[in-house]
Amino acid sequence: MDAVVTVTHVDKSFNKKRILHDVNLTASAHEILGLIGPSGAGKTTIIKNIMGMEQPDDGEVTIFGNKMPNRQVLQRIGFMAQDDALYDSLTGRENLKFFAQLFGVKKDQLNERIEYTAGVVNLNQDLGKRVSNYSGGMKRRLSLAISLIQDPDLLVLDEPTVGIDPELRRQIWDELRKYAKDGKSIIITTHVMEDAAECDELLMIREGHIITHGSPDSLEKEYNVDNLEQVFLKAGKSNENSDNN
Amino acid sequence: MRILTITKRIFVEMFRDKRTLALMFVAPLFILSLMYFLFQSNTNTVADIGTYNVSSSLVKTIDNKHIKIHKMSSDVSAKKTIRDKDYAGFIKKTDGRLIVTYQNADQNKTGIIKKSVQMALIKTQIKELAAATKKSKAGLMKMQAQLQQIKKQLPASISGRIPAASAPKNMQKPSNLKLTQHYLYGKSNSSFFTTMLPVFLGFMVFFFVFLISGISLLNERNSRTLDRLLATPVKRSEIIYGYLSGYGVVAIIQTAIIVLFCIYVLGIEILGSIWVVLLICFALAMVALSMGLFVSTFAASEFQMVQFIPIIVIPQIFFSGLIPVANMAGWLQAIAHIMPLYYGASALTDVIQKQASFSAVIPQFSAILVFLLVFIVLNMIGMRKYRKV
Ligand SMILES: Nc1ncnc2c1ncn2[C@@H]1O[C@H](COP(=O)(O)OP(=O)(O)O)[C@@H](O)[C@H]1O
Ligand SMILES: [Mg+2]
Repeated sequence: MDAVVTVTHVDKSFNKKRILHDVNLTASAHEILGLIGPSGAGKTTIIKNIMGMEQPDDGEVTIFGNKMPNRQVLQRIGFMAQDDALYDSLTGRENLKFFAQLFGVKKDQLNERIEYTAGVVNLNQDLGKRVSNYSGGMKRRLSLAISLIQDPDLLVLDEPTVGIDPELRRQIWDELRKYAKDGKSIIITTHVMEDAAECDELLMIREGHIITHGSPDSLEKEYNVDNLEQVFLKAGKSNENSDNN
Repeated sequence: MRILTITKRIFVEMFRDKRTLALMFVAPLFILSLMYFLFQSNTNTVADIGTYNVSSSLVKTIDNKHIKIHKMSSDVSAKKTIRDKDYAGFIKKTDGRLIVTYQNADQNKTGIIKKSVQMALIKTQIKELAAATKKSKAGLMKMQAQLQQIKKQLPASISGRIPAASAPKNMQKPSNLKLTQHYLYGKSNSSFFTTMLPVFLGFMVFFFVFLISGISLLNERNSRTLDRLLATPVKRSEIIYGYLSGYGVVAIIQTAIIVLFCIYVLGIEILGSIWVVLLICFALAMVALSMGLFVSTFAASEFQMVQFIPIIVIPQIFFSGLIPVANMAGWLQAIAHIMPLYYGASALTDVIQKQASFSAVIPQFSAILVFLLVFIVLNMIGMRKYRKV
């Protein structure tokens, strides 16, 4: 498989506290890679290092063969931050248009892209409202729509499903599945096990360590359990043991 | 193209934020009007003075609408009276000398009394002079009558060649010399505002643009939209230029409103070209803008942004011409020269009051541009904090 993102031996500390310990991962085209772990495990920190928003203390990140940080590569990445970074006094449509223009979406495709991405998250009816009047879930959906605006080759989504109702969640997963089929690469983070089951490849993260990785099925088989939650618990325990040794 | 996108966004955000709009466009007018009236209201001051043994004609001459005279019937101590009755002064005549004692708690009132007494003395002298002129005029008339008499006695051929004598014009109306006191105070006070207007103008533009632009970039950072923005292929410089042009347009509108308000509502006269005034204000606003953006890098909250005002904005007022910089100690003069407002206010004063042309203020204007350049570069460096490339 063609590697889109490679993270090799990345360490990161904040205020002398080690947050990431030797993180390695590869995200490939045609594949949804899930980073799963409890809150505070370091998922967002990994994402930020991938995006070049944080610099690793050690190790490196390459995307499409370019060492990050790299401004041009950002053109091919659709990013959704964990906190909704939106312009509250602008309408949903104005937010989408603003980012579309920053990505250089052509004028004749602008409206088409806006309608399409809003459609993916069922937001067409609310595009005329100001974001300050949006609910938390609507903001999440708008953030997701923005990440799709320039039709990126790589999607990096930090907790995209928080606050989104089950029906729409299904719709979003189907859409992501379609993109993967088209050859895009997708990295998502989540702390919900149901989301994890949707991924092709999983990385389980605990306290800045990757404790195990593999496809959901193979992980369940490997740890000899019938759900991913138990995989996480078992993997965590064996990781602790190996740490103590 | 991306710069324009950011500029447009800032514009839309700005015009939807009614409070900020009011702060930018209404608050400066409010403050200027307030100052205008404050400096005018001095003309309503009334100083109480006690008098003893001063001739009533002199008292009448001293009296004006800023003075209230209390005649004392007995010889009292000036100091005691001032203290007891809270008078601003006391005038007493002894042995042909006029002795004035001032309370001097309010220099304003002391000044009024001083001027009134001096004016009264001058007036008295003028009256005496006028009286003397009248006398000499009467003498002249007499001589003229005699001349006519002589003329009549001469043969007609000669008398025709002698021009009819007439009294010099200025002697006909000695009352021409009357002075109006009103002019002195009213005008001198309103012209203080006029003198300070260039400084206030520069300061208003600087202060509000500094605050608003700084806070807006700070909000962009705190709401994480700056991170989001930097996750697109936008260049750091494009963000800075977008902000500069977005708030630059706002600054142009603000400056135009303030300047037009001063001219048409407050009736201030601008001797030089209004376009040069606008240009200087605009350049000053751009410096304020770039400084505000840069300083916001070091503020974690709006409150911390406000904390920069006493450090960065307030000291500039002192060096902007309120106190003549030329009279300052050497090291203070050096400080003045690192303050953008010093150059801005000096250029504005030259244009507004001395009718300087643009070429005459090029030195100050260039200094402002240097500040602008330095801060733009600093901003580019500051942005590296958020994204390395
Ligand atoms: N900028 C930062 N400064 C200091 N500590 C940080 C910073 N960012 C994250 N952390 C810490 O790193 C740890 C991992 O955080 P994060 O990556 O956000 O976890 P997750 O996304 O898995 O919930 C947390 O303990 C958090 O407090
Ligand atoms: Mg997170």
